Amino acid sequence: MGFPDRIERTVEIAHPPARVWAALTTAEGLGTWFGNAATIDLRPGGAAEMTWTSGDKASMRVERVEEPTVFGFTWGISGLPDDDPRRTYVEFTLVPTGSGTRLTVTESGFAQLPDDRHRNAFEGNTEGWASELGELVEYLDASAA
Amino acid sequence: MPAPPDIEAVAEEVFTALADPSRRGILAALAAGGPATATDLAASLPITRQAIAKHLALLAEAGLVAAEPGERRRVRYRLRSAPMQVAQQFLAALARDWDRQLDALQELLNEDAAPQPAPDEQGRNRS
Repeated sequence: MGFPDRIERTVEIAHPPARVWAALTTAEGLGTWFGNAATIDLRPGGAAEMTWTSGDKASMRVERVEEPTVFGFTWGISGLPDDDPRRTYVEFTLVPTGSGTRLTVTESGFAQLPDDRHRNAFEGNTEGWASELGELVEYLDASAA
Repeated sequence: MPAPPDIEAVAEEVFTALADPSRRGILAALAAGGPATATDLAASLPITRQAIAKHLALLAEAGLVAAEPGERRRVRYRLRSAPMQVAQQFLAALARDWDRQLDALQELLNEDAAPQPAPDEQGRNRS
């Protein structure tokens, strides 16, 4: 079968790295070609967010900022709960070419194992709405006592 | 603690389970309505009780449902989300549309020179 862990694409762009860098790392750029709006605190550890008019939202954590050659961030895996510790790492690398920029994007980490803490949460019988509702009932029973 | 699951094997079991319409129906019923007994499921699905028992055994073997004691000592089956979330990692990789995203980036850079109308909404590839 083959579990795809890493995605990589390279494109040649007819614009200098400085312009590509700005499109990748500014709120204005990210909010145009990627999201419908964006915010970014451009430093390692900084928070970034993209939102879409559909109501969707992506929260990122900036990891690498080496202007104008490397920009990396992590974000959650689509479809997993917000508090899931599994995240993929996205890295853009910009290489100047005679006529513009060779841009490579890699996203890796799709095939990572759930960590122990998370696996425990999986195996426990505390998952799911049924048990959440059970806890609510217990809480209410206890409060009434 | 069991050995770490082989995530590829886990994903394969999920997709195998989902390939069968009866098993999809059982999983969908458990997702929609919560834990249920084989009898409950037979009442709500167009599948015989015997076939449901067979499918539940397979699903339990694959870790997609867990048996638990229910009322009047009847076994209830509960959906287990962990394998689904592993399969979702696989689907997330397939659904990541960098090609379209990079096209949008190139388009933005090319259009930057001239004033342009607001860009079309870029299809989201994260949910």
